[in-house]
Amino acid sequence: MTADTESISVPHERISLMRDPHTRGLVIQILMIIAILAFASWLVNNTVQNLASARIASGFGFLSARAGFDIGQAPIAYTSNSTYGRALFVGFVNTVIVAACGIVLATIVGFLIGIGRLSRNYLLRALSTIYVETFRNIPPLLVILFWYFGVLSVLPLPRNAVELPFGSYLSNRGLQTPAAVFEQAALLTLAAFAFGIAATVFLVRQNRKRQLETGERRPILWLSVGLIIGLPLLVFVATGSPVTFELPTATRFNLVGGWQIKPEFLSLFLALSFYTAAFIAEIVRAGIVAVSKGQTEAASALGLTRGQSLRLVIVPQAFRVIIPPLTSQYLNLTKNSSLGLAVGYPDLVAVGSTVLNQTGQSVEVVAVWMVVYLGLSVATAAFMNWFNARMALVER
Amino acid sequence: MEEQVAFYVARGQEPSLPPPRSEVGLPATLRKNLFATPLDSVITVALGLFAAWAAWNLIEWGLLRAVFTGADREACLLPGGGEIGACWAFVNAKLGQFIYGRYPLDERWRVDLAFLLLVLLTIPLAIPRAPYKRLNALLLGIAFPVVALVLLTGGEIGVSGGWVAFLFTLAAFVSAAFAGGSSGARPALLKAAMGLAAVSLLVLLIAAAIRSGRFDLLGFEFSTLSLLAFLLALASVAASLFAGRTGGESSAGAGRVLMPPLVTAVLVAALSVDFGLQPVPTNLWGGLLVTLVVALTGIAASLPLGILLALGRRSHLPAVRLFSIIFIEFWRGVPLITVLFMSAFMIPLFLPDGVSFNQLLRALIGVAIFSAAYMAEVIRGGLQAIPKGQYEGAQALGLSYWQMMRLVIMPQAIKLVIPGIVNTFIGLFKDTSLVYIIGLADLLGTVRRGFSDPNWITPSTAATGLIFAAFVYWLFCFGMSRYSMFMERRLETGHKR
Repeated sequence: MTADTESISVPHERISLMRDPHTRGLVIQILMIIAILAFASWLVNNTVQNLASARIASGFGFLSARAGFDIGQAPIAYTSNSTYGRALFVGFVNTVIVAACGIVLATIVGFLIGIGRLSRNYLLRALSTIYVETFRNIPPLLVILFWYFGVLSVLPLPRNAVELPFGSYLSNRGLQTPAAVFEQAALLTLAAFAFGIAATVFLVRQNRKRQLETGERRPILWLSVGLIIGLPLLVFVATGSPVTFELPTATRFNLVGGWQIKPEFLSLFLALSFYTAAFIAEIVRAGIVAVSKGQTEAASALGLTRGQSLRLVIVPQAFRVIIPPLTSQYLNLTKNSSLGLAVGYPDLVAVGSTVLNQTGQSVEVVAVWMVVYLGLSVATAAFMNWFNARMALVER
Repeated sequence: MEEQVAFYVARGQEPSLPPPRSEVGLPATLRKNLFATPLDSVITVALGLFAAWAAWNLIEWGLLRAVFTGADREACLLPGGGEIGACWAFVNAKLGQFIYGRYPLDERWRVDLAFLLLVLLTIPLAIPRAPYKRLNALLLGIAFPVVALVLLTGGEIGVSGGWVAFLFTLAAFVSAAFAGGSSGARPALLKAAMGLAAVSLLVLLIAAAIRSGRFDLLGFEFSTLSLLAFLLALASVAASLFAGRTGGESSAGAGRVLMPPLVTAVLVAALSVDFGLQPVPTNLWGGLLVTLVVALTGIAASLPLGILLALGRRSHLPAVRLFSIIFIEFWRGVPLITVLFMSAFMIPLFLPDGVSFNQLLRALIGVAIFSAAYMAEVIRGGLQAIPKGQYEGAQALGLSYWQMMRLVIMPQAIKLVIPGIVNTFIGLFKDTSLVYIIGLADLLGTVRRGFSDPNWITPSTAATGLIFAAFVYWLFCFGMSRYSMFMERRLETGHKR
């Protein structure tokens, strides 16, 4: 028997080069790189020729030329004499403003609705479901247009503006709210507020350290409330209330004074928040459902109250599931803020398209857009990865 | 023998007591679901009042105070300047535009016919029990696009010889694959068939870069090189045919091999023959028609592209992987609107002199690339969820890479991520509304233009039109999501642990 097996010898066939996985992989990659490079150079070549025949100078020199157009909402100093670069920067700041405001409101509404979908209350559950199923299946652009053309544009003229509480007015020129005018002494209140926060952070750390060492916990809730809210209030009154409110007043044609929130911003902000909230609600619901029931039971077996088990057991675990998709929703909201173009909100894309139309520098403007949005994406992703790594369970 | 039992032990089954009164009936259900705690009661009352108020306002606005008929804005304005509800007369009057755009009135039956064909082909495909799935899918995937293209544009598309050669080359590859599938095919001839088709593709690539002499053949304008490619493709088909023949297969085998080039020939003929239809340029298309064209093209293009990109991202070849990662992350990182701007303004710059794509086609390219990147990530999720044993098992069976993917991995992976795929489709359908910003008249675009029409400016026109559009979008998206949930349950084979 052994003799038989010994006689079997594997003939050393020469493997054809086509069949050798290493060589084949190398050949495929080289071919692909050549194809991509050829395609790219073909595109670049065509672009250069087309630009030359259309007599468009390439390069970013145009950024320092005079813009010559106004921007409706300029949070930083800008006039039509400013440069194109400045205009694009104003657009970028506007994008950040609407995205930040939208993220805050969308998170609040989304969490409320998401928890509402898991409520024992039938009515709350049904209404939350209707909300989610409605907004998830409608284009965001349509929601923006609806707020702008369907709701805000048909509001009365400023002289017949709808009066809201706290001296605010709502008209087809947007929301006019009282403006707070700060005097110098208001800085002291701000300083007290900052001190209160810092002191509370220190207290919480000390308390945690103490708990780890001795197992005891001191109640510091009211102390920190006093530090964060009470102390600034005290300073505020002691310095003689250094804030006055400038109320908007109705003149014959317009509302004067106070802060004006433009309808473009309002419609974009509300639409993005309510649209994204529907997606956040689903993420929150999925995150809470993903925490297994045994965790709740184990928490109550340990003697934790319902509030404690939610705060210490359920929510931290749900957050692990919630954070990654929540990040991508925040990014989506930021990217969707570019739809403000449709209602004339001067964000990066809207300003960029004006610049593009004026200068014809399409390649450069598109490059600016891409760099900014990719930068925002990478920055958010990096921050959220860091946050996620801190929150993640350390597993074996 | 009598058993000694204590008197207090029951001798038989006692009749069961009725449930406590507090646990049955309407009051208990209400209490449990609506008034469990004081807070719950407060929430219920507040939400109930809100819901009733909202529902009443909606009914009053949409039905009671609404205007349903009328020729222009006068119908939707009260003489005294009072407020009216929805202006459905506006939707009624503009419905044709919302569906067809500016498509010529006399030619709208062509759009209707295309819609009808789409519905007739989609419904049996969607019903799991309906027979002839393969034929149905082929008709929907290959015949329908060509028929719809001819119907909508009017046919007589100037297909160049290069494209004819390209289509025949693709057909040659499919033929060779079919011939390879039959048992006992001659390997040498098969290799020759594949080689010829590959050379044909290479020649075509060269033909795209280099200009060579031009002449007409059968009404198509060939260049010398593309003609060469065309002949090579035909030779490849012939080789596959002989490879299958000598294997001793019946004539059915030969039929299978000949099918792809024959189908291609019919398609090319259908595209270039004059059917006597009046040509309708794409800038007249609009409304739901454009929305569906963009969405369906995006869906059809994103799935195969996404699969390729996902495979590329999980490839062991570093160059392929790097390219896929950069491609996917780049398009996922930027808003669609900038991609559309890019396709609108930069594609004309990218193309050589004399070649131009129309606006619709440029938007289609942007949407397809954008959604392919998202699709790739969804499919990658499915690929990662397949246990390694499946790959190893397939390799142990001696399957090649593509066989392994086609027969073992992809069917499982795609089934796992059906919800994600449909989510991407829904997202894509909603995103089609963005093409209106670059000047195409899709459903939202026609509604937007409609309520700016001076003949129809009233305070409620915009809201009415937008609610109508929202309802149409909602219907499509909600339908897709429900169908995906149904398919998910049907395909559930117990992967969940």
